[in-house]
Amino acid sequence: MAEFSVMEGDVDIVIGALQSDLTSFMNEWRPIFSRFHLIITKDPHLKEELKIPEGFNVKIYQKSDMDKVVGSSLTSRLFSGYACRYFGYLISQKKYIISVDDDCMPAKDDKGFLIDVVSQHITNLATPATPLYFNTLYDPFRKGTDFVRGYPFSMRNGVPCALSCGLWLNLADYDAPTQALKAEQRNSQYVDAVLTIPRGVMMPFSGINIGINRELLGPTLFPGLKLAGEGKFRWETVEDIWCGMCAKVVCDHLGYGVKSGLPYVWRNERGDAIASLKKDWEGMKLMEEAVPFFQSLTLSPAAVTAEDCLAEISTLVKEGLGAVNPVFAQAADAMTQWMQLWKKIGCGPSSA
Amino acid sequence: MATPATPLLKDQLDIVIPTIRNLDFLEMWRTIFQHYHLIIVQDGDPSKTVKVPEGFDYELYNRNDINKILGPKASCISFKDSACRCFGFMVSKKKYIYTIDDDCFVAKDPSGNDINALEQHISNLLTPSTPYFFNTLYDPFRAGADFVRGYPFSLREGVPTAVSHGLWLNIPDYDAPTQLVKPLERNTRYVDAILTIPKGTLFPMCGMNLAFNRDLIGPAMYFGLMGDGQPVGRYDDMWAGWCTKVICDHLGLGVKTGLPYIYHSKASNPFVNLKKEYKGIFWQEEIIPFFQAATLPKGCTTVQQCYIELAKQVKDKLAKVDPYFDKLADAMLMWINAWDELNPSGAAGAAASGTSK
Repeated sequence: MAEFSVMEGDVDIVIGALQSDLTSFMNEWRPIFSRFHLIITKDPHLKEELKIPEGFNVKIYQKSDMDKVVGSSLTSRLFSGYACRYFGYLISQKKYIISVDDDCMPAKDDKGFLIDVVSQHITNLATPATPLYFNTLYDPFRKGTDFVRGYPFSMRNGVPCALSCGLWLNLADYDAPTQALKAEQRNSQYVDAVLTIPRGVMMPFSGINIGINRELLGPTLFPGLKLAGEGKFRWETVEDIWCGMCAKVVCDHLGYGVKSGLPYVWRNERGDAIASLKKDWEGMKLMEEAVPFFQSLTLSPAAVTAEDCLAEISTLVKEGLGAVNPVFAQAADAMTQWMQLWKKIGCGPSSA
Repeated sequence: MATPATPLLKDQLDIVIPTIRNLDFLEMWRTIFQHYHLIIVQDGDPSKTVKVPEGFDYELYNRNDINKILGPKASCISFKDSACRCFGFMVSKKKYIYTIDDDCFVAKDPSGNDINALEQHISNLLTPSTPYFFNTLYDPFRAGADFVRGYPFSLREGVPTAVSHGLWLNIPDYDAPTQLVKPLERNTRYVDAILTIPKGTLFPMCGMNLAFNRDLIGPAMYFGLMGDGQPVGRYDDMWAGWCTKVICDHLGLGVKTGLPYIYHSKASNPFVNLKKEYKGIFWQEEIIPFFQAATLPKGCTTVQQCYIELAKQVKDKLAKVDPYFDKLADAMLMWINAWDELNPSGAAGAAASGTSK
């Protein structure tokens, strides 16, 4: 199947700025990003002015812009740190959103070519996902491959793909203990595959390099789980992991697919894993509770839109996890606030 | 890739090869296979002699041997179909099995090095699986990989691996309709990954390049009733894969897929394949939902118990699809009886590491 030609008008690239000088970041991505509209959302706690090179079609949102839209207390609650990107998801009007962390550069594939993450994410999103049965040759819609013997024909149409989760060369998305223990380990394994995460299966969703069908998912990707000691390095957060498990439950329930694999980005060195170790334990303890909770979650047949699903999930989270740790109860409240915002500012109810 | 100085699991692994023609392909595998014991299952006319290249340690069984050893139970072993290979699984006395088709050769990795498929399968089987949460960097036990952020620490020990499912470069394992539509498609994409198939997820298991822990899951590797006198063919490995995965999920065992690749050289005739598969293409629409919904009672703690229970459910729920499944359910029971007779020392796969999650 041919690669999709991407319609620029369908895509917003949303970058959460956690550092003020984005010059080298933007210049590295120029060959890939320059033809698209960019939304850059600045971490409200970042004091310095953003430095952005010329030649991009970009809209910047800072704390003052966010305050105008949602009020300053919500800005602080919902859009701090890595979560600042969600403001971009909220105000975007496009069908597809591509988001990468601001410490990532374009990577090269195994043949030495620069990887166009936008094109690959869009291809992933625009071709069906196959969550109902596992294809041993991975994504059957990729060129040069297909469904294998034994794959039921009734399942070969697949389902719409709502989420595309890319991977990382160099600094992989490990937690602090793993990175601290394996200080020299860098990911050099280029795995030339895209695959659908099967229905009913949970995964750790990394927000570092993603593509979203905003039309399908609506408010499903949201800022929710904020750690007390949440910091400016990915291994000091789990907000994306939390959000991803909610999103997977929603996708499974509504019959959408989630793909994982290509594209890769090159993730640069940043931070000190050992220093972050002190802060990370909270997030990892929370995962021990959160993962079994989401694995056993089922939603009612009455939930037919992403909004319905999220409303049910936030109630279930409050009931099921609220007593375990106040962070979960706060996450449920944040979800509710987010959905109210989405109704006011987002595109309205997403299609079922 | 150089063969290791002391071949891993040399005395604990049998290589099972079904064949109806010849075993010339073994020449290419010589440096990799030569230290291991081979079990050759000769299909078709037992009066033909299948030549085994010099220098291999092997035992060979033809149809007469199968009939002699199993007596009336021999009817559960397929004739004129590579499904007969499961007889080799039954008579083996080893802990591990590697099975490979006689048209599969040593493949090369992207650097041009020969792939030692056996070594990779052994590595897959000897490292844990992770079926309870998907690791986005694939097998975390591979050198250079690990569990990603967000992966619960309580799940990082993994579970014992029962099955290692390898893949194929060149001729891919397509069904007949796909072969007919895409006769020239070749699999040239080397995907450098091994991954655990998550709990609750079924997959189409191919028997061309497959290894498993016989102690953990052996009795579930029955390749069904195919070939001569049967209404369907090319669903033998599929059937074994569905039963195996349901049982592995129940017992808390893992199934991996991905590396290693072999080079599949021969494309079978798609018209012949279509005739064999035809009914299966319709039946799989019912069979797969059946297996997806299948649950086993807590009381089933050995593979045999699980398998007998599955056979009951096949009889109850699939016989209405076609009377073939009634026969198949009986054959499944016959297989377990035969397995236990030939392997009297004890039940396989007694709950590997406690109850499954």
